[in-house]
Amino acid sequence: MSTTAPATAKPPHRGTPPPRSPAARKQALGLDRDAWFLLLPALLPILLLSAGPLLYGVSLAFTDAQSGRTEVTKFIGADNLVDLRFDSLFWSSFKIGLVWAVCVTALQFVLALGLAVLLNQNLRFRWLARTLALVPWAMPEVVIGIMWRLVYHQDAGILNATLSDLHLISENVDWLAGVSLALPAVIVVGVWAGMPQTTVMLLAGLQNVPHELHEAAAIDGAGVWRRFTKVTWPALKPVVLSITALNFIWNFNSFGLVYVLTGGGPGGATRLPMLFAYEEAFRYGQFGYAAAMGLVMVAVIAVLLTIFLRNRLKGDDR
Amino acid sequence: MNRTRGALARTGQYLALVCYLVFLAFPLFWLLSTALKSPQELGSVDPSWLPRHPSLDSFSAAFEQQPLARSALNSLIVAGCAAAVSVAVAVPAAYAMVRYRSPVSKAATGWILVSQMFPFVLVIIPLFMVLKGFHLINSLTGLVLVYVVWNLPFALWMLQGYVRAVPASLEEAAAIDGCGRFRTLVSVVFPLLTPGLVATVMFSFVTAWNEFFFALVLLKSPEKQTMSVILTHFIGAEGAADLGPLAAAAVMATLPSLLFFALLQRRLVSGIMSGAVKG
Repeated sequence: MSTTAPATAKPPHRGTPPPRSPAARKQALGLDRDAWFLLLPALLPILLLSAGPLLYGVSLAFTDAQSGRTEVTKFIGADNLVDLRFDSLFWSSFKIGLVWAVCVTALQFVLALGLAVLLNQNLRFRWLARTLALVPWAMPEVVIGIMWRLVYHQDAGILNATLSDLHLISENVDWLAGVSLALPAVIVVGVWAGMPQTTVMLLAGLQNVPHELHEAAAIDGAGVWRRFTKVTWPALKPVVLSITALNFIWNFNSFGLVYVLTGGGPGGATRLPMLFAYEEAFRYGQFGYAAAMGLVMVAVIAVLLTIFLRNRLKGDDR
Repeated sequence: MNRTRGALARTGQYLALVCYLVFLAFPLFWLLSTALKSPQELGSVDPSWLPRHPSLDSFSAAFEQQPLARSALNSLIVAGCAAAVSVAVAVPAAYAMVRYRSPVSKAATGWILVSQMFPFVLVIIPLFMVLKGFHLINSLTGLVLVYVVWNLPFALWMLQGYVRAVPASLEEAAAIDGCGRFRTLVSVVFPLLTPGLVATVMFSFVTAWNEFFFALVLLKSPEKQTMSVILTHFIGAEGAADLGPLAAAAVMATLPSLLFFALLQRRLVSGIMSGAVKG
């Protein structure tokens, strides 16, 4: 693996590196000794603490590993996955995870697109909105969770106080404890927390749309809506695809927000798959079983993303 | 006709902007307001928007209820070390990835993307077992190691953008003047990267400061825990919480991140924009 590439295999990327001694010019995988020296400090930790553990984690899914056990861990094949198939608690958690991820991602996108379009206009107080839109990004997840707990608080929360002042509710609602209310309430928080990144990316995409195209379309008599669908949207599409795909992954794997808001309650109504797997692993010590859950999550995400991206890319050809 | 339609559209836009501002701002406002209220006022049945008698009682109460100062120090150590190490390691690597076209660079870039997909459980269980083997559970060193690796993908991605902006002709000129590769790096490339370096360090710091999941799993004793973990202790087992100190502690935990973000807001936005544009 080390010395397969001939010395002249590939020209260096942009900019010729300074001349080197003949010894240094020996290349491995298109890299000379200097380059390996530069890369290794980053590659080693990635291999040892990221790639390695991941592969190890995948293999754990096929064992009966448990925390704090003295017996030797056994390879048990696909038993964990078979057990998972009949674990109704896991599947209900999985469904909640999908509902959460789809709703949060969709709402994030719609709201962020609206905000990005507004911020791209020449409006007063735009700076204020820009600054405010970035704040959630800087805040720790835990703080966002705590903050919304205060907003949703049954007796001391601002939401109940405002709604009863407006005579919209007659008695205080316990937003995070109602089985049907908890998930929507948590989804709102997820949208709030994830809007900044999405807005910034979409705003970047919008500013990248050539201005001349807009003017030309306007001269040709295209209205605002037509200009948006025919000029802006096609230019924006690659950004939209990547940010929604990323958001979906992040949301599906999210943990801290809901952990602080509800801890998965009431009665498991907001128990996202990550919370489920966390409890399985670190409360009950079922490492192997939890790893199998993780594996199922990756597989499903991969399949969903493939379908999503393929459909969208096909749409491009038409 | 056209003028009234324009004015109407303008009004609609401002109305929408106000809605966004309210949605974005009111939770923040409420957090601050709760933190500044006196204990008596927090006990009242009808909460008011603004504190009637602003007080800092909740802030001092927060320090009494939980080892907040200790946890802030822990967070500072962990986030500082993680940011410094991950950037120190990422700068040379980012340079090599930009300037050499090699399968290794491609694989590393691919890995950065793929690693985003995996749920943390799949990573944390084996990490937990490995770190336990080295007695690095419940230790800040172990957490720093995890954060370095966790920060690396984004640091590499950000720094590659900055390296690309350094003109290769400068390096060629240095080479003609007789500089070796490392001399060129140290005296030509790195100085030009300084603004990017600062931004990346700050961003890595904020990410590590805000992180919760790994800290929750890896740190067990309260005197080792970082601020985001300690914050959850303000919420009791039954979900009941002393609201004032909870809000005050939350405000304090946000301040460092907010400060750094304010400093790097423009750079971050433009960096992401150039990244997004290049796709």
